[in-house]
Amino acid sequence: MSLVTLTVNGEGRSLDVEPRTLLVHALRDHLGLTGTNIGCDSSSCGACTVLVDGLSAKSCTMLAVQADGAEITTIEGVAEPDGTLNSVQQAFHECHALQCGYCTPGMVMAAMSLIDEYPDLDEAGVRSGLEGNLCRCTGYQNIVDAVLQAAATAATANAPAGSTP
Amino acid sequence: MIPAAFDYEVADSAAHAVELLSRGGDEAKLLAGGHSLIPMMRYRLATPSVLVDVGRLDDLRYIERRNGAVAVGALTRHSELEHSGVLAEHCPLLAAVAAEVGDPAVRHRGTLGGTLAHADPASDLPAAVLALGGTLVARGPGGDREIAAADFFTGWFESALAPDEMLVEVRVPASTGGWNYQKFNRRAQDWAIVGVAVADGGSGVALVNMGSTPIRAAAVEQALADGATAADAAALAAEGLDPPADLNADADFRRHLARVLTRRALTAAGVP
Ligand SMILES: Cc1cc2nc3c(=O)[nH]c(=O)nc-3n(C[C@H](O)[C@H](O)[C@H](O)COP(=O)(O)OP(=O)(O)OC[C@H]3O[C@@H](n4cnc5c(N)ncnc54)[C@H](O)[C@@H]3O)c2cc1C
Ligand code: FES
Ligand code: FES
Repeated sequence: MSLVTLTVNGEGRSLDVEPRTLLVHALRDHLGLTGTNIGCDSSSCGACTVLVDGLSAKSCTMLAVQADGAEITTIEGVAEPDGTLNSVQQAFHECHALQCGYCTPGMVMAAMSLIDEYPDLDEAGVRSGLEGNLCRCTGYQNIVDAVLQAAATAATANAPAGSTP
Repeated sequence: MIPAAFDYEVADSAAHAVELLSRGGDEAKLLAGGHSLIPMMRYRLATPSVLVDVGRLDDLRYIERRNGAVAVGALTRHSELEHSGVLAEHCPLLAAVAAEVGDPAVRHRGTLGGTLAHADPASDLPAAVLALGGTLVARGPGGDREIAAADFFTGWFESALAPDEMLVEVRVPASTGGWNYQKFNRRAQDWAIVGVAVADGGSGVALVNMGSTPIRAAAVEQALADGATAADAAALAAEGLDPPADLNADADFRRHLARVLTRRALTAAGVP
């Protein structure tokens, strides 16, 4: 067994895992954070996407031991403590960017990382930036709309004081 | 699926990793980004008894100018290549090809050393390093040795690395002449069905997924050196090659793609 110490959603956590334990199983089965879903066996659906030190990662393609010392953010950690949705969640809500919702936690985490990494996102950028996240319900249009809306919100928030949007 | 059990060791330097590899014998494997190895372990296509994690060797994550070349640490991640200012200025092809690998989450974890050592002929960056005429630096129990990219890839998923060697650095000549990368696939995020990397106005042309290794399109390079047009040179792209056939494409379609993509890449690289 290996001792893994992580910060998950701002909280320090320690767990004893077999080295072969995937990060997604550590989150779901050891820490009870079942918001992160598992959708495939082939690293290709993105349902399991979390942030590792601020960057999107497929938690089914990482060992928990690889995340020792890292800061992990899961879908449980993105809304305000009082339940106020973050800008990406809010945009998904407003744009009807989900149906069954299975892909949504991964989509939201991937979108947060994408908006951070690529400041001038356009539609093509969102589509290629989310190519690792599959949705079997929505046809993607509303997801793309939501991410563009959240990206615009982030751009306004980041604009230097005094500048007009 | 869950990988078979293994012993897990964390290397605190490249030398330590080499020592752990030697001690672990044939069954020991390095773990870098894990984005080729972990999927294979989940399918139990790889069942190493010892994993030596080199993913924490941050001193091997760098991109720097050195003597007219660009030196890249083996643990540098694809996304770091993609966004590198040094590469944008001195070797834009490498940055652009890195941006074509998988999806952003894959690029956040996968490393240059990992994709080269994995030696999948369908991977993007090995062909780019080959087209650029890069050099790989391997560290073993006896010290460092340099391996030309042209000598590195020896067969399907096979390289010139010994089992107790680790890639520590990749050097590519600074290269700002006309360049382009064409990747053909049918689904987003997939590996290339065929790809073509063009460096320095066609003095380096390398093909993805046209054989058991990434391949220099020697006939195309020679024709261009002799003054051929992009269209005439590209017609030779599949010359002498025996590409694989799979669900995505048979061998003839791959040869066709190689010719078409090479023409597009050469044209985009400014070859008349
Ligand atoms: C969903 C998905 C999509 C992908 N799409 C693409 C794509 O479109 N194009 C593409 O090119 N690739 C693609 N990849 C593969 C990706 O680029 C991998 O990250 C890369 O091939 C391997 O790098 P790694 O650091 O993850 O290596 P690892 O998986 O850690 O290791 C791979 C192999 O290399 C060895 N190794 C690792 N580092 C070293 C070193 N420094 N010295 C010696 N040996 C070493 C390991 O022992 C292992 O055998 C994809 C992967 C996934 C999961
Ligand atoms: S469950 Fe991780 S990518 Fe599908
Ligand atoms: S909303 Fe059902 S899979 Fe995306």
